Amino acid sequence: MELTFTSEELAFRDEVRAFLAMSLSADTRRKVLEGLEVSREDTLRWQQTLHRRGWGGPNWPREFGGTGWDPVQQYIFEEESAAAGAPRLLPFGLKMVGPVIMRFGNAAQQKRFLPRILSGDDWWAQGYSEPGSGSDLASLKTRAERAGDRYLVNGQKTWITLAQHANWIFCLVRTDPAAKKQAGISFLLIDMKTPGVTVRPITLLDGSQEVNEVWFEDVEVPLENRVGEENGGWTYAKFLLGHERTNIAGVGYSKRELARLKRIASEERKDGRPLLQDPAFAARLAQVEIDLMALEITNLRVLAAEAERRAPGAEASLLKIKGTEIQQDLSELMMHAVGPYALPFPREVMLERSGGASIGPAYASPLAATYLNLRKASIYGGSNEIQKNIIAQMILGL
Amino acid sequence: MRFTPTAEQQQLGEMVQRFLSERYGFETRRKILDSAAGWSREVWSKLAELGLLSLQVPEEQGGMAPAVVETLLTVTAMGKSMLLEPYVSSAIIATVLIRELASARQREELLPGMAAGERIAVPAHFEPGARYDLRRVATAARRSGGAWALKGRKSVVLHAPAADMLLVSARASGAPDEAAGISLFAVARDGAGVSLIPYRTLDGISAAEVALEDAPGVLVGEEGRAFPAIAAAFDQGLAAICAEAAGALQATLDTTVEYTKMRKQFGVPIATFQALRHRMAEMLMHVEQARSMSYLAAMRAAEPESRERRKALAAAKVVVGNACRFVGQQAVQLHGGMGVTDETAVSHLFRRLTALEMQLGDTGHHLEQFIAASAQEGA
Repeated sequence: MELTFTSEELAFRDEVRAFLAMSLSADTRRKVLEGLEVSREDTLRWQQTLHRRGWGGPNWPREFGGTGWDPVQQYIFEEESAAAGAPRLLPFGLKMVGPVIMRFGNAAQQKRFLPRILSGDDWWAQGYSEPGSGSDLASLKTRAERAGDRYLVNGQKTWITLAQHANWIFCLVRTDPAAKKQAGISFLLIDMKTPGVTVRPITLLDGSQEVNEVWFEDVEVPLENRVGEENGGWTYAKFLLGHERTNIAGVGYSKRELARLKRIASEERKDGRPLLQDPAFAARLAQVEIDLMALEITNLRVLAAEAERRAPGAEASLLKIKGTEIQQDLSELMMHAVGPYALPFPREVMLERSGGASIGPAYASPLAATYLNLRKASIYGGSNEIQKNIIAQMILGL
Repeated sequence: MRFTPTAEQQQLGEMVQRFLSERYGFETRRKILDSAAGWSREVWSKLAELGLLSLQVPEEQGGMAPAVVETLLTVTAMGKSMLLEPYVSSAIIATVLIRELASARQREELLPGMAAGERIAVPAHFEPGARYDLRRVATAARRSGGAWALKGRKSVVLHAPAADMLLVSARASGAPDEAAGISLFAVARDGAGVSLIPYRTLDGISAAEVALEDAPGVLVGEEGRAFPAIAAAFDQGLAAICAEAAGALQATLDTTVEYTKMRKQFGVPIATFQALRHRMAEMLMHVEQARSMSYLAAMRAAEPESRERRKALAAAKVVVGNACRFVGQQAVQLHGGMGVTDETAVSHLFRRLTALEMQLGDTGHHLEQFIAASAQEGA
């Protein structure tokens, strides 16, 4: 039993660190570290930079152009990237539809779609949820009817993250209305430029337009854009949901945010002393830091088990719940750290549109927005209540 | 990075589990608990025979130290079975104290007998009013001629009635809360000037208040310089308590899951109710986080003193302490009326978890320790 990285893993970490120091632009880094909005261009530029280095697919096998890294290497890469202030890589292509196409797609689909994910030429969106189908995803109603060599898709998807930037969307659609819930679902790849696709942004509680409704009206989708078997989509969807595992806990992200929280709390004053020395605040901060220490080890245990092919599966649910609780706690503490200056809500400063001066301390501007925004974390990706159902059923055997 | 024990370590862990599940079942344990002594010399001899009392004994005295993973697996298994014998006190804390402080001659004199199960030594360190502060030692050591005499009071000395020897901390110099000046002495438990007020703790462990009235003691190690070794030994003890808790927590979760599957209300097993399923999922998260920290504590406790070691051990006890409280309380809750009776395993586990949370620093104490160590980081 050994809780430290091996010398090979440490050498790999140094290599990643050196690359990040050299390749990440100062402007992008600053936006990420200060919690400001990262643009579409920032994200794509970073994907392209990684692609040129051969690291465009950190979680992909070599045969599809990925790095072939083991789970521990992937973890190190994600952790170092987060610490350095690199933009988050888009999960929709790399961690969601990519692995599904690798596993269940045909050779033509693999050749057509996978390289464009690595190169950043395609931006994918995930079309799962519908207005009436959230946690009960299998109740989805969007229909795809056969019409010769194509499907006609009709319906509405919602909560589609960053669909406004996407040129492709993968969707779960109902191809057999007569079959039992899970049995009549197929997995389609849809070009967002197809006539009949409409994207309507949803303004969120933090003022951002991060998610969208996507409407489909008689949208024609070639049969060749179906992944796997007709009516076999539920299997692929479940595969996808279980796949994003190495970074589901967001330990690297939370470590970075903890460091930011400590910086802010050492700047802020209470009774003439740094807020960091206030006993009540220090106790709350220490509790989150300690929870994060434990989560990091739990995460590494899950990865090690995965690397040894004792894939534990449902442990990902534990990581998701604890990880998102910690993210939310950190954002809440950070907002409280600035006290009254959490209240001014200068959207233009956060977006850096006007170049206007911030109202309170510069670091205070985005904190409330981040707090509000992160309420989503315990809701998306299978709500934390659904994750508890999974733990009860799969781990406890209840 | 590796979380799998080696084949030998695995075998040892399985052997301990097998021994305890065959020879230390709930009913057997209850008989021991209800006996006058509250622990079993027969079990103790068997632990010695299995080599488990020598895990922290150095090789020169025939032991296996540091045996980090072996100790972790052993104590975790003992936690599951709620061992009543003085394993952590004698085979870990007292053994480490002697190993780290004693002269070669003293080690030779003391350790083989302890490893063989013939002699039990326990630390008598904490004092009334000191709470969990390791530095706060008021017991006085006075030299007269070549001999030392000790005067003071030691509180909640676990397993003192079972011990042949007490390892007593006392000072001949320094302020009452100063690390410098603390020495360690070996004192015969039934020696002159030593009186015990024996009792049981809330989880049935035999313990005592110890009064020393010019009790003769033999100096272990150098005078006035025992504190680093005391800190190291209690860190090992802390790590052991975390491992013990990890075992007890798993047993508590297991028994709760089993009970809710079997117990029927409204015509169905109560495990079908979502409120209960979610509670048990939360219990599992606490158990796993505590297990992770028991690993970290074990690894760090074996390292030389550093801020990292202090932070890791404090953090471990916070996570473990929170887990003990949540899992213990909820396990009783989910057992309903049965949970508050003496006859169910869960009430014994709850009492053990409650005690473990309070031992060697409760959650609040270690949260403060963590904050103090973090503050030094920034300075």
